[in-house]
Amino acid sequence: MAKEIKLLGTWASPFSHRIELALKLKGLQFEYLEEDLSNKSQLLLQSNPVHRKIPVLIHKGNPISESLVIMEYIDETWQHQNPLLPKDPYARAVARFWAKFIDEKVLWTAFKAYNDKGKEQEDAIEEFSQQLKFLEGELKGKEYFGGERFGFVDIAAFFILQFLRVLQEVKEAELMTEEKYPVLFEWMEKLQGNEVVAGCLPPREKHIAYVRARRAAAEEAASKTKAA
Amino acid sequence: MASNNGDVKLIGAWASPYVMRPRIALNVKSVEYEFLQEQFGSKSELLLKSNPVHKKIPVLLHNGKPICESSIIVEYIDEVWSSGPSILPSDPYDRAVARFWAAYLDEKWFPNVRAAPMAATEEAKNAAVEQLKEGLALLEGAYGEKDFFGGEKIGFIDIAFGSMLAWLRALQVMLGGVKLLDEEKTPGLCKWAAKFSADPAVKDVLPETEKIIEFAKLLVAKIKAAAASS
Repeated sequence: MAKEIKLLGTWASPFSHRIELALKLKGLQFEYLEEDLSNKSQLLLQSNPVHRKIPVLIHKGNPISESLVIMEYIDETWQHQNPLLPKDPYARAVARFWAKFIDEKVLWTAFKAYNDKGKEQEDAIEEFSQQLKFLEGELKGKEYFGGERFGFVDIAAFFILQFLRVLQEVKEAELMTEEKYPVLFEWMEKLQGNEVVAGCLPPREKHIAYVRARRAAAEEAASKTKAA
Repeated sequence: MASNNGDVKLIGAWASPYVMRPRIALNVKSVEYEFLQEQFGSKSELLLKSNPVHKKIPVLLHNGKPICESSIIVEYIDEVWSSGPSILPSDPYDRAVARFWAAYLDEKWFPNVRAAPMAATEEAKNAAVEQLKEGLALLEGAYGEKDFFGGEKIGFIDIAFGSMLAWLRALQVMLGGVKLLDEEKTPGLCKWAAKFSADPAVKDVLPETEKIIEFAKLLVAKIKAAAASS
């Protein structure tokens, strides 16, 4: 039965964590295949020829790529427990909106806010702060983005924000703090306290060390390019 | 007359391919709506209030409630007016494939349509054109034996991609006759483009290529002026 579902992922990727959680919430057995992104497997290259990225879900031999697309696929294929998206079309549109916002805006702005320099960084810090305020506003007064129970947006947002907290620690910055965003921090703590959710997070120190090493390599490569 | 459908308004602009998507979708469902066109160069109070996060068109207002992001609006239309012809396929895997291509178009392909005419150097322009051709080759591969990506009738991918046809055609002219849709390299897409443009849900929505070329000139001038003054 486990052979029917395969997940190609990496231990450090928040996009990969999303799918692990979605599959576990649905009570599904699956085979997890850890990819080495510096040496991508044939299976990955064949399954996602367009982007060559993880995560990829393979169900009965059919590959699905793009984490939010995969999450919707999982939700539609296995409807028996823990619905990820609500039933109401308007609520679904709102959920899709916030998930898209995180992937298209928040993540990239955050990278610039933490990694850039000068005016570009200043602008990004301002924008990132505004984005977090929007998220805080959307969450206020609710247990989760999904309402009483956590769902699509919570899963999409949680791993990304946890990843950004790791990046924040590496960069020794303080853009996301409990003082500034109490509602978001309370929500993150709640999810961290959930066994199934927490089980999809990598060990924090390992994650920090990994991101630190990657940032160092990226910065070295960038300075070499400048020097050349 | 359309009271069963509720109050349906769409904030948008005639030239925007993203706005064309929900317009086509509403036509597929035969839903009448009020088209509230934004003035070029300014954003209405209603738009800013309805989409405070992005301040962008299109925004669908259904009984006063705003829905933003073109692909999300199209899915909403499909789900609400479920008795009409369906836009997304019914099989979850086919739906995933449709969503995958829509995401690809928005994230990877369309940015090059915008980049090509704005490119500062010949090199940058050629790079954008190459990316566009690669994408079209992928789409040619994804296009099957039927008339449309959606099969016998237009569906989600047709709307996501087809909404860009007028701009694609305009770009070919603006770049001095570069062949993006190519009878030899993308024969399927050429056939598809003609069928899509003629579809009843599409033909009054897709602008004429000349009008887009005129508009593009205005837009490029405006962007360059803004860049020069900043």
